[in-house]
Amino acid sequence: MKRSILKNSNRFRFGNLVILAVIALVIASCGQPKKSNEKTGNISIDGSSTVYPISEAVAEEYLALNPKVRVTVGESGTGGGFKKFGRGEIDINDASRAIKQGEIEACEANNIKFIELLIAYDGMAIVVNPNNTWATDITVAELKKLWEPAAQGKITKWNQVRTTWPDKEIHLYGAGTASGTFDYFTEAIMGEAKSCRGDYTASEDDNVLVQGVASDDLALGFFGLSYFENNKDKLKLVAVNDENPENGDGAILPTLETVKDKTYAPLSRPLFIYVNSTAAEKEVIQDFVTFYLEQAPALVKEVGYIPLEDNEIAAGKAVWADFVKAHAVIK
Amino acid sequence: MNNSTKNRLTDKAFQYFGIFNTFLGLIMLAVFIFVILQVGLQRLDWDFLTSLPSRFPEKAGIYTALIGTFWMLLLTIIFSVTLGVSAGIYLEEYAKKGWFSKLLEINISNLVGVPSVIYGILGLAFFNRYLGLGGSLLAGSLTLSLLIIPVIIMTTRESLKAVPKTIKEGAYALGATRWQTIWKQLLPAASGSIVTGVILALARAIGEAAPLIVVGALVYVPFIPHTPMDDYTLLPIQIFNWTSRPQPEFQVNASAGIIVLLFLTFLLNGISIYLRNKWQKKVKW
Amino acid sequence: MRRPKEKLIEKLLAASGWLTILTTLGILVILVYESGQFFADVSVWEFLTGTEWTPLFSKKEFGILPLLTATLLTSVIALLVALPVGLTIAIYLNEYSNRKFRSTVKPMLEVLASVPTVVYGFFALTIITPFLQSFIPGLAGFNSISPGIVMGIMIIPMISSLSEDALFAVPKSLRDASYGMGATRFQTVFRVLIPSAASGIIVSVILAVSRAIGETMIVAIAAGQQPNFTLNPLVPVETITTYIVQVSLGDVPRDSLEYRTIFAAGMVLFIITFIMNNISLWLKRKYHRQYE
Repeated sequence: MKRSILKNSNRFRFGNLVILAVIALVIASCGQPKKSNEKTGNISIDGSSTVYPISEAVAEEYLALNPKVRVTVGESGTGGGFKKFGRGEIDINDASRAIKQGEIEACEANNIKFIELLIAYDGMAIVVNPNNTWATDITVAELKKLWEPAAQGKITKWNQVRTTWPDKEIHLYGAGTASGTFDYFTEAIMGEAKSCRGDYTASEDDNVLVQGVASDDLALGFFGLSYFENNKDKLKLVAVNDENPENGDGAILPTLETVKDKTYAPLSRPLFIYVNSTAAEKEVIQDFVTFYLEQAPALVKEVGYIPLEDNEIAAGKAVWADFVKAHAVIK
Repeated sequence: MNNSTKNRLTDKAFQYFGIFNTFLGLIMLAVFIFVILQVGLQRLDWDFLTSLPSRFPEKAGIYTALIGTFWMLLLTIIFSVTLGVSAGIYLEEYAKKGWFSKLLEINISNLVGVPSVIYGILGLAFFNRYLGLGGSLLAGSLTLSLLIIPVIIMTTRESLKAVPKTIKEGAYALGATRWQTIWKQLLPAASGSIVTGVILALARAIGEAAPLIVVGALVYVPFIPHTPMDDYTLLPIQIFNWTSRPQPEFQVNASAGIIVLLFLTFLLNGISIYLRNKWQKKVKW
Repeated sequence: MRRPKEKLIEKLLAASGWLTILTTLGILVILVYESGQFFADVSVWEFLTGTEWTPLFSKKEFGILPLLTATLLTSVIALLVALPVGLTIAIYLNEYSNRKFRSTVKPMLEVLASVPTVVYGFFALTIITPFLQSFIPGLAGFNSISPGIVMGIMIIPMISSLSEDALFAVPKSLRDASYGMGATRFQTVFRVLIPSAASGIIVSVILAVSRAIGETMIVAIAAGQQPNFTLNPLVPVETITTYIVQVSLGDVPRDSLEYRTIFAAGMVLFIITFIMNNISLWLKRKYHRQYE
């Protein structure tokens, strides 16, 4: 009887393969030794999916110059991001609305000081499918009728919003509840933050919403202007009429001008980043945020939002410089 | 037409219908793969494999996702093979047969059928939150290991069962202890089959996305992991992210990523089939 | 000398053996504990019979029916595709084709089951949906028919393989008797073999449906994220599995009611698949004994 069936049994060959794989991985993960003046460190960013394209662009440009820095950018939504921010889990929160009182208190409870930096303006876009021939404009009152909590399960057809519109189902796509876009939209249209019907396709990922509206003739959705600008060929903008003649007559489309001069109302809004004071003590964060403020005007435009005026940009840089001085750690 | 002819015709018709159905699924898969190749092959180049993710689809690559997948595979092999094969050996060779071992068998069969998201939930609550491992490679690989261990246990037991009793009895007769018999006779004999099963389980594991998203894998990770405690992303998750982006250029990227993922999956499956055939030829009882 | 080492090794192996029990216990404990806390705030009745699922919104509704109908809808569509095709394949391989054909084709079919589900999701969204949209008016970009069809393709091997085993197990005597009376293969299959193998075929169906119910990525990519209490396959819906992933992608603070919805939903999913898997295990044992 043979002692061992296989001399070089498959098992031991397998084991050798594993050892080889480990060595390969270690080599691949090592990289070259650090140069002394290269920046290193971790930067964790999370928050608004509206602001995400800006932060992603800045992070990418920064990485091109400082490849050893590790930047992660999440998309948990403005609210989700603030929760992490309040726990000190992230350095920077992208926000498509201002921080709320409850969130400020949460930061204070954990001894977190922060700074709010304005980086861009956004005109929240109301979009429909390009095959939609009837909805070219909509009033704020109609938007309210369509999206308020009382509409849940009841307002399900286009002609229930405006009688001249077709007797067809309306499919809604919008931001999810952790999203700043959601907070801002509900506050602006319903008058009360978070007050909204729940029976629509809700996602913190605006790309999902774009896909939804682009592939559904009967769809209507809302998200940051950037997502419209980057998918112009698949979507159609709906002009918004705030029924306030002092603020621009009739229904207005969101453009660079109308968002800047606030005639596109009430859906024009500021976009922010919030930086944690403890994070600001780190040199890499100081460098990154300074870079962010410098690059923002160009990248914001590239991504599809509205950049700040020159005086606003200068003011922001000054505020940041002061904050850094106040929290910089003497090395 | 009389009944007899009708019956014969029905029979013949069904024969063709049968062939049609047999190939229907495969033809659809072939069509899918053809479309994927058409769309994605152009994007597949060295650049794509070594670039970090980017907001520009032309620049975005799968480097971090690939390294993440390899890391995940490695860690999962370590955990799942040691624990799974050990458990399989124990249950097959040591555990006393009785109502308890019957219960264990039913338990394992059940675990194989539990949806993968549930394992994700388990990993989230236990590895991520309770043990504080966060969304790290370690938490992910432990979760993934739990997912495939039941399958590995079943494969190990089947492989051990297939070794003729004579080998075992012969060893005992010569005075070998239980462990000596297992380590020197049974395992080497069953190893080919065990390895085949393990590789098949791993081929399935690299395609898993849902449980790892639940446990905390990130989507935008522009750096490669250096330790098991690092954040990571994986090939299927990167593909999922690109699929959700409406721009057609990202669909191209998703296709290219799918080509790589399918290549890896089929490679692993192919290796296991090759090994199985080789082993079957070598061993003659 | 050898005894202690043997004992140690046995203990170590036993520890691994207990792992499976711990896994099951872990799943049960976590699901039950968190669901229990969830049901302290939400009544079980409301959960099981409510038709609106809006746990994250200001007007919170916790009815799981929309998620259940979506899961059911996609799985039934998958079965409508996989059962006829899978069963026909099983019949053909068993009664009509020869040995060689069978042994070459069977592994090829397994390929269908080994494709990663993200890939199938991509197919559903980018190939099947546009194709269907070209001749079904009003088909939304996210719907349940597209992922249903693709899931069906994925589970074909499960049905064909297990049904084929069931057909193979029918005693030769029954077959011979049928052919002896002059029946065609078609008649033999449909009048003798399938009725005899019925329980085995049912086992394959239950397992395949269980797999479809637990599937996540295909529906997450192609079915949509809108909880919709409907049986209309042309509109966006959200399955239990998609909801779990959706909440995990966002951020939900731990120990909140919203966080616990993951576990309540997971619990329902687990119970359904657990019941189905065990019914099929019991059926399998029953019909195995029939022919022994």
